[in-house]
Amino acid sequence: MNQESQQQLNELKTRLTSLETGTKDQLSMVVFSGDMDKILAAMIIATGASAYDMKVKLFFTFWAISALRDPAKNAKGKNIIEKMFGKMLPRGTSQLKLSKLHMCGMGTAMIKGIMKKHKVASLEEMFKTAGELGVEINICEMSMNLMGFKREELIDYPQMTICGVGTFLSDAQESKIQLFI
Amino acid sequence: MSTENLKNLTSNKIVDARGTACPGPLLAAKKAIGEIGSGEIMEIYSSDEGTKNDIPKWCQKMSHEFMGIIEEDSYSRLFLKKA
Repeated sequence: MNQESQQQLNELKTRLTSLETGTKDQLSMVVFSGDMDKILAAMIIATGASAYDMKVKLFFTFWAISALRDPAKNAKGKNIIEKMFGKMLPRGTSQLKLSKLHMCGMGTAMIKGIMKKHKVASLEEMFKTAGELGVEINICEMSMNLMGFKREELIDYPQMTICGVGTFLSDAQESKIQLFI
Repeated sequence: MSTENLKNLTSNKIVDARGTACPGPLLAAKKAIGEIGSGEIMEIYSSDEGTKNDIPKWCQKMSHEFMGIIEEDSYSRLFLKKA
C-alpha cells in the first residue's frame, strides 16, 4: 500500500472512532412545560427509554420546575415577589393543569379519573419509578432564581442536581436522542 | 413459532403486567429480564394492546429473541428468549 492510501485509511479510522464513541445510548430532554399532560408524556418517554437501557437525563426548566415542588415543604427567606410567585404557581404534580380542556379544574379532574380507570400511572408514581430506574433530573438554576424556588421546597428525588445550560448541552451532545417538551 | 409450539413451552419466568397501561408492561419486562439467565424463556401477560407491538421491537433492539404471542380472552401472552 502506498503512503497516500495509508494516510487516508488512518484518517478514516480516526473518523470512524469518533463517530462510534461520540454518541451514547442516552436520551436528553428539556422539560419546559408545566402542563400536566406534557410532563406525563415526558415521564413516559423517560421511563420507557430506561427499559431500553438508555441513560436518561431530564433538564427541568421554567414552568416545569413547579412539578418538582413538594407541597409539604416550605422555604424560608423569600422576598415579597418570590413569595407571590410561590403562591401563584402550582405546588407539585397534584396542582398541575391540563394544557387543553382544563375548564377551571373540571377537565383535569376528569382526566385523572379516566387515567385511573385505564390504569395509567399517576405523575407521582411516574416520578417514583423514574427515580428507581436511575433517571437523572437536572434543574436549571437560573429558572429557580427567576421564580424564587429554593432547593428545600423540592421533592426528595435520588438523582437531582441544580445546574446550568452547560450541563444540558454536554449531555445533549453525546445523546442519540434529544427532545424538548 | 406456532401457537401449538408456544403452548408446549415451559417458561422460566412469568411476568403478569395485566391491568397496567403503557409503559407498565415494558418496565415490568425490563425489570424481570434481569432475573433470568441467557437462553431462558420469559412470558409476559399483558392486557394492553400496544404491548403486542412494543415488546417485539424492544426484543429486536435488546437482541432478545421474540418467540410469539398466544391470545387469551382478555389478555395476551408474549414469549421471548433472553439473549
